[in-house]
Amino acid sequence: MANIYPYGCFTHAVVRSIPESFGKLAEGGEGFETDLAKAQRQMGVLTGALRQKVGLQLIEIPAVSELPESWRIEDIAVIQGDTALITRPFKQQRRAEAEAVRRVLNELKLTVVEMGDEEGGSGGATLEGSDVLFTGKEFFVGISKHTNHRGAEVLADTFKDFAVSTVPVCGGSRLKNICSMGGPDTIIISSGDGAKKTLRVMEQLTDHHYEILSVPEDVAANCIYIRGPSRADYLLHPTAEECPNSVPVSNRGWSVHIVLYERNCALPSQCDLSGEKHAAGINFNYTNECCDTDLCNTAATISSPCWTGAVLSLCSLALLLQLG
Amino acid sequence: MTTEVGSETDVKKEPEKVPEVQQQTESQQTDQPDKAADSADQPSSASADQPQEESQSAEAKSDPEESASPEPSSPPAAGGQKKDKGISRFLPPWLKRQKSLSQDKPESTAPAKQESVEAVKEEHEEASQPKEETDGGGAATASTEQTEEVKEVKEVREESRAEEVQVEEKEKEEEKSIGSADTQPVREEKEGESEVKESEEQKEQEEEKTEEEQVIQQETSVLSALKLNKKMKMVVCHVTLLDGSQFSCEVEKRAKGQYLFFQVCEHLNLMEKDYFGLNFKDNAEQRCWLDPTKEIKRQIRNSQWQFGFSVKFYPPDPSQLTEDITRYLLCLQLRQDIASGRLPCSFVTHALLGSYTLQAELGDHDPEEHRLDYISDFQFAPNQTKELEEKVVELHKSHRGMTPAQADAQFLENAKKLSMYGVDLHHAKDSEGVDIMLGVCSNGLLIYKDRLRINRFAWPKILKISYKRSNFYIKIRPGEAEQFESTVGFKLPNHRAAKRVWKVCVEHHTFFRLVSPEQPTKTKFLTLGSKFRYSGRTQAQTRQASSLIDRPAPYFQRTSSKRISRSLDGAPVVNVSDYSQALTAGAGENGPSLELNSDSKSLEEELTSLFLSKACFSGLSGSCNITAAPAEASKDSAQPEVPQQTPPRPGTDSRDASKNAEVKPEVNGQPEVIEVVEETVVIEEVVKAKPKSPAPEATVTVNAEHAADVKEERSLSSDSESEEEAEYHAQPPSTSVSTQLIKEEPEEEQEAELTQQAPPSAIEPQPITEAAEAAPAAEEEKPTVQLEEDVHADEPSVTPDEAPNGHAHPDEATPTLNAAAAEEEEPHIVNGSASRVETEHLPQVICCSEPPVVKTEMVTISDTFAAQKTEISTKEVPIVHTETKTITYEAAQLDGNGDGEPGVLMTAQTITSESLCTTTTTHITKTLKGGLSETRIEKRIVITGDSDIDHDQALAQAIKEAKEQHPDMSVTRVVVHKETELAEEDD
Repeated sequence: MANIYPYGCFTHAVVRSIPESFGKLAEGGEGFETDLAKAQRQMGVLTGALRQKVGLQLIEIPAVSELPESWRIEDIAVIQGDTALITRPFKQQRRAEAEAVRRVLNELKLTVVEMGDEEGGSGGATLEGSDVLFTGKEFFVGISKHTNHRGAEVLADTFKDFAVSTVPVCGGSRLKNICSMGGPDTIIISSGDGAKKTLRVMEQLTDHHYEILSVPEDVAANCIYIRGPSRADYLLHPTAEECPNSVPVSNRGWSVHIVLYERNCALPSQCDLSGEKHAAGINFNYTNECCDTDLCNTAATISSPCWTGAVLSLCSLALLLQLG
Repeated sequence: MTTEVGSETDVKKEPEKVPEVQQQTESQQTDQPDKAADSADQPSSASADQPQEESQSAEAKSDPEESASPEPSSPPAAGGQKKDKGISRFLPPWLKRQKSLSQDKPESTAPAKQESVEAVKEEHEEASQPKEETDGGGAATASTEQTEEVKEVKEVREESRAEEVQVEEKEKEEEKSIGSADTQPVREEKEGESEVKESEEQKEQEEEKTEEEQVIQQETSVLSALKLNKKMKMVVCHVTLLDGSQFSCEVEKRAKGQYLFFQVCEHLNLMEKDYFGLNFKDNAEQRCWLDPTKEIKRQIRNSQWQFGFSVKFYPPDPSQLTEDITRYLLCLQLRQDIASGRLPCSFVTHALLGSYTLQAELGDHDPEEHRLDYISDFQFAPNQTKELEEKVVELHKSHRGMTPAQADAQFLENAKKLSMYGVDLHHAKDSEGVDIMLGVCSNGLLIYKDRLRINRFAWPKILKISYKRSNFYIKIRPGEAEQFESTVGFKLPNHRAAKRVWKVCVEHHTFFRLVSPEQPTKTKFLTLGSKFRYSGRTQAQTRQASSLIDRPAPYFQRTSSKRISRSLDGAPVVNVSDYSQALTAGAGENGPSLELNSDSKSLEEELTSLFLSKACFSGLSGSCNITAAPAEASKDSAQPEVPQQTPPRPGTDSRDASKNAEVKPEVNGQPEVIEVVEETVVIEEVVKAKPKSPAPEATVTVNAEHAADVKEERSLSSDSESEEEAEYHAQPPSTSVSTQLIKEEPEEEQEAELTQQAPPSAIEPQPITEAAEAAPAAEEEKPTVQLEEDVHADEPSVTPDEAPNGHAHPDEATPTLNAAAAEEEEPHIVNGSASRVETEHLPQVICCSEPPVVKTEMVTISDTFAAQKTEISTKEVPIVHTETKTITYEAAQLDGNGDGEPGVLMTAQTITSESLCTTTTTHITKTLKGGLSETRIEKRIVITGDSDIDHDQALAQAIKEAKEQHPDMSVTRVVVHKETELAEEDD
C-alpha cells in the first residue's frame, strides 16, 4: 500500500556474494586493481551488520563466476511493498543475473513484475536499480547511461501508487552513487556539481519536503538507512577513510570502508564529515564522529571511464525489502 | 399521475416540434391526466425515435437560441444596431443586464437613454417573444408540475438516461416541453417496473408536498427578491450523482449554474459543497465545469441539459473535512476515478481500497451472507481479476468492526497518498511538439510525459497563467540562481482545451493557494481576455465555514443500501422539482440582454492571463472601495450584483461595445505584441464626502479638470494587460463611508473602467463579513485579478455581474438595482483614439483638455435599505444613501489594443502614506517586456472628509505631487471616484 509505514522499515535483505571473477571485466579490466579478498571481507562485514546489528533476515545468493558484476544485486530489482520489478540492465551480459534474483524473490512471495519483452512495448527500455531512489513517498529515476526514459516508464507503470520523476544524472555515474536516503525524509547527497544539478531537479519535481544532507564526496552519500525490526534506526555509511576528503586516489586504488553506525533517532550522521544541514531554513554545520571499524576494503580505481561505479557501493550490495 | 403525462406529451411533441410549442404546452397541461394510460405504450417508440430526434433537436435547438441570442443584427439590420450588438459583446455582462432591467421598467430608464435602449429592446423582443409564449406555457406547466413532483430516491437507472437526454433536447428546441420532460423519467421507470408504480405514486404524492415545500423554501432563500417575471421557461436538468443515480430538477431556463448546483447540494444534504461542482459535456464531448456564476444555458450551448455532479477540488487531506457525508461523496468520486483508471493504483492498493469500500457499504464480512460473488457488483479496478477480488475479500475480513465512516476515512487516507490523487490531466504538447500531459492539482501544475513526472510548477513558482489561442503559458518565478522569469508554453489541441486548462488552473490556484477568492466583479470586465475567475469559496474559506457547521450528522444512505432498496422498489425515482416561476423569474431577467452577447462568445478571448505573483498583489485590492465604511458595505451586500447597481447607459454601452468590436479584429489578428515601454502614473483619489455634499457632479467635474491637467499621453503599449493589473489597488487604509475615486488608467478601454467603478458599489457581502480574515488574503488575490489581462472580452455573456460568491443571491438586489439604475448617470466616454466612438451625452461631463482623453463617468445611487434586507450583520450601520460617481480620464492610446504579452513582472511594491485627510497608496510595478522595462505607478489617493474639505484642491495637490515625484513619467489615466452620502430625501 501506498506508504503505510515510514520509509526504511525493512525486514529482509538479499545480497549476492562476490564472485571470483570480481573486477575482471570484459572491457577495460586492465585499468583496475581490485582486491578480491578485501571485497569479500567488506561484504562479510556488511552482511554481518545487516544480520546481527540491524536484525534483518538475510538471504545470500551464491556467486557465479560468469557474472562478475552480479554482486551489485541492487541493479537487478526494484522492490517496493510486495512488488518487485526485475530490471533490464544496460549491459547485455548482466541480464542473466536476474534469474537467481527472480527465483529468490518469488520464494519470498513477492509479486514479481518483468520489464516485458525486449521487442515489445518496453523494447529498448533499460533500467538499473542503482538509478532508482525510492524515498518512501515517490520514486526518482536517474536518467543515466544505464537507465533511459523507457525504463523509467516501466517503473512508473509498475508502481502506480507513486509519482515517478526522472532526474538527470551527470557523468557516467548512477543516481545512487550520488545520493541515498538518510532517513525517512532525509536525502543524503553529494555536493558535487552534478549532484547539485540533480538535487535541484529533484527539489523541483517533488511534492514533498525532504531534509537535505549534503556531503562533500560522492561516496559519502552512499548510505543505507534502515529502520530495523527493533525500531531502532540504522545508517550504514562509509568510513571516514574513504570519504575523507577527496584524496585523489585514482591510480592507487582506494579503499572503501564500510562502517556500521548505529544511531537512535538522532540526525543521520556521517563519519568525520563536515557538511551542511538544511533544516527548517536553518543551516548548521555538523561534524560527526563515527565508530569506524575498518572492516574491509576493495581496491578499485574510479578513474576508469567504463568502471566508474566499481567501488563497492553500499547501496548496491543489498536488496532490502519489507515483508509481512 | 403526472409521471405518465410526461410520456404522452413527449410523443406528441416529437412530431410537432418547435413552432407550436405554446399550443403543446397547453395541450399538455390538459392532457396530462390522460397520459398515464398511454405512457406504458410509449417507451419503445420513444426510444426508437431517439436518434432521429436528437439530430432534429440539434437543429431546432440552434434556431431558438440564435434568435434569442444577440443575433442582434438579424431583424433590425440597421448598422447602428449591429454596432450595438457587437458592442454588447464587449460590455460587461452587468451592463447588459442593466439594459434588460431598464426594459422591464421603462419608467426607470432615463429619457436620454431611451433610444439606445430601444434598439436593444428590439433585439430583445425578437428573442424574447417566442420565449414569452413558451414561458406562459412553461409557467402553467410548472404549476401543474408542482403537484407532479415525484421522487424521493435518487436511483435512476442508467438506462433511463438516454431517454431523458432525448427529452432534454426536445425541451431545448421547444423550450417548453417541460412537463413532458419531467415526467419522462418516471415513465421510464414504469417500463422497468410498472408493478411498483402504484404504490410509488402514493408515496410520491405524499412526498410531493413535503418536497414542494422544501423547494419553495430553497427558492425563496435563493431567489428571494426576484419574483418579477411571471413568464419563465423551465427546463429540466438531469444530474448524475456520484452514486450513479439521477437527480432531476427543474430550473428556469436562464438560471445560473449555482442555482442548479445548490439544488443538487440540497438534495444531497451536502453542506461542504465547495469541493464539488457540476460538469457537462460540450459539443466536443469534453467535460467542462459548469460555471456557477453564469447561465447554464449559455454554457452548455447546444448540448443537453445533462450534468454530472463530481468533485472539483480534491481536498489534500480529507480527514479535515467536517462531515462524513462529504467524505462519503469524495469516496464515491474516488471509486469512480479508480474504476475508470483515472486514478491509477497498484494491485495492493486496489485491493485495500476495495476492502474499505466493502466495509463501508456492507459492514463486517459475513461468511454466511457474503459468498465470493457478493462483490461482483463492485468494481474495484479497471481490470478486475478474480485474484483481486479474493484479495479484497481477504482484507475485508480484517476490517471487522469498522464503521462505515471509519472505513471511508481509511479509504481516503490511503487514496490521498496516490500520486495521481486530485490531478486533473490534460493532453498537451510541449514546445517541441512532444506529447505530454498537464496535471493540475492542489499544489500546482505537473508535467508528465507518459507516466513520468518530468516537471512540476508549484503555485508559488507561477507568476502568471495565460492562454492564447491554443497555447497555454505559465510564467515562472525566477529561481535563486536565475535573474529573469521564464515563460513555459504548451500547445493544447485547440483553443477550447487551452481555455479549459487555464480555467482549471485559475480555479485550483484560487481554491488552494489563496485565502479568499479574487473578486471578479472588481476586475475590469471589458479588458482583453477572459475575466473568468474562480468565485467560489477557497479551501481556507470553506474550511472555516465548515467548522461552523452545527448540525447533527446527517443521515445518508450509502450506495449499497440504495442498491438493496433498489432491488426492492425497483423504480428509480426522478425528482421533478417545480420551481415556482415567480421565484425563478428573477433569474431570468438578465436573459435577454445577456443573450445579445451570446455571439460574442464565439470570439473568445485569445489571451487571458492571470497574474499570480504575490509580490504584485501586495496591498492592492480591486477598487479600493471595498474598504468602504459599513454603510457602504451594507449597501453592497444588498446588491450583490454590482452591475445592476451601476448600470451604464445602454446607449453608451453599445457604443463602447461597438468600438471594441471594431478594435477587436485587430487584436486578434496580431499575434505579436508590440512592446513598448510604458510609463504611467495612475492617480486615484477617493474622496469621502459626508452626506451633506449633495452635488457630486460638481465636485466630480472639478476633479476631472484637475485630472485633465495632469493627464498626458500615455505611451501606448500594445499590451494593456500588464497595466491592467495595476488597476486594481489595495484597499485603502481608511475606510470611508463614501469614496471618490479618481483613477487614471493607461488603458484604453473604458469598459474596464466601468468595471472598476462598479466594484465600489458592488462590494459583496462576503468581504464585509469576512473582512477580517479576508483582508490579508484579499490583498493577494485581488491584485491577481487585476493583473490578468485579457486580450478579448471574452465572455461578455459570462456575467460576472452576479457576485459569484455563494453568499450573494444575485437576484435579491434587483429591485434596488433598478431604482439605482434609474437614477444612475451613464458613463460617458470620450475617446481620443480613432478606434473609439466618441459620444458624450451628458452635458456635465467635462471635456478633458486633451482630446485624446477618454472620460467615463458613472454615478450610482444606492439605497442602504436594500442592503439591510439581506445583510443582517450591518445593523450598526446608519442608514445612509450614498452616491457613487466615477469619472475616468484617459490619455489616448496610440495603440488601441494590446494583445501582447504582459511582460515579466520584475518588482512590485506598495507604499502607503497618510496625511490629515488624504491617504495615498502608491503601487509601483515594474515589468519587463521584450527587453524594455516598464514602470507603472498607480497612486490611489483617498480624500476623506466632510464637504468642507476642498476636494478639488486636495486632488490637484495630489496630482501635482505625483507629477513632481515622477517627472519622467506621464499620467495616462485619472479616475475619479466619488462617493457621497445623500440625504434621505434624495433617495
